Amino acid sequence: MVETKFSDDVLTAKLYGEIDHHKAPSIRQKIDGQTESLRPKELHLDFSGVSFMDSSGIGLIMGRYRQVSLVGGKLKVINVPKNLQKIISLSGIDSLGVLK
Amino acid sequence: MKIVNEMNLNFESRSYNESFARSAVSAFVLCLDPTIAELSDIKTAVSEAVTNCIVHAYPDTIGTIYINVRITDQNRIIIKIRDKGVGIENIKQAMEPLYTTSSDERAGLGFAVMQSFTDKVKVRSKVGAGTTVTMEKILYRTSYDKR
Repeated sequence: MVETKFSDDVLTAKLYGEIDHHKAPSIRQKIDGQTESLRPKELHLDFSGVSFMDSSGIGLIMGRYRQVSLVGGKLKVINVPKNLQKIISLSGIDSLGVLK
Repeated sequence: MKIVNEMNLNFESRSYNESFARSAVSAFVLCLDPTIAELSDIKTAVSEAVTNCIVHAYPDTIGTIYINVRITDQNRIIIKIRDKGVGIENIKQAMEPLYTTSSDERAGLGFAVMQSFTDKVKVRSKVGAGTTVTMEKILYRTSYDKR
């Protein structure tokens, strides 16, 4: 599940619950639709409400990095809970400089 | 090594069964009193293996996914996830991080996660016959911070 908010050229997508291969497509669709129409300067993916994530969540982050770049924006991944840090670290996403 | 508990689970390769599969396996191992981190590792590894079955083993059809979980007297959990799908032609290549044959925004990290989140991963596959992924996780009964 995802809730979005747009303010001061920043699109914030707050994610909830579990992110897996089943849930990722609907989250992706909603965020990409808003990214294309609003063309934000920054897209913030807020993981504070995420209780579980497998590598589908990594694919979701990498894909949104590409999508927001296409409209000239930057991605920030914020509020990553402790229990997700292991998979985030394994993915090497921190080398993109998006973790805040 | 003695098996002290065992369970078997069969279900259809529908993506909404991913959460069922990881929850069922984690519920089964709760009797060992795992830490939150250990439980999270097991759920993540199972989710990756089951997703592989759904996405890669049965790409255009619904097949059956078979899970067998055994617990040994040495706190070792052996999770076997099997399909009768298309099989893997080159296991070594499939297990390389970032390698994926899927166009559906997959990160190609499935096997890397399984290897990192469990203590041992073994893959057996035959093209046209299916794949078996066996993962072992040892529970230390301490938190990861203290280990």
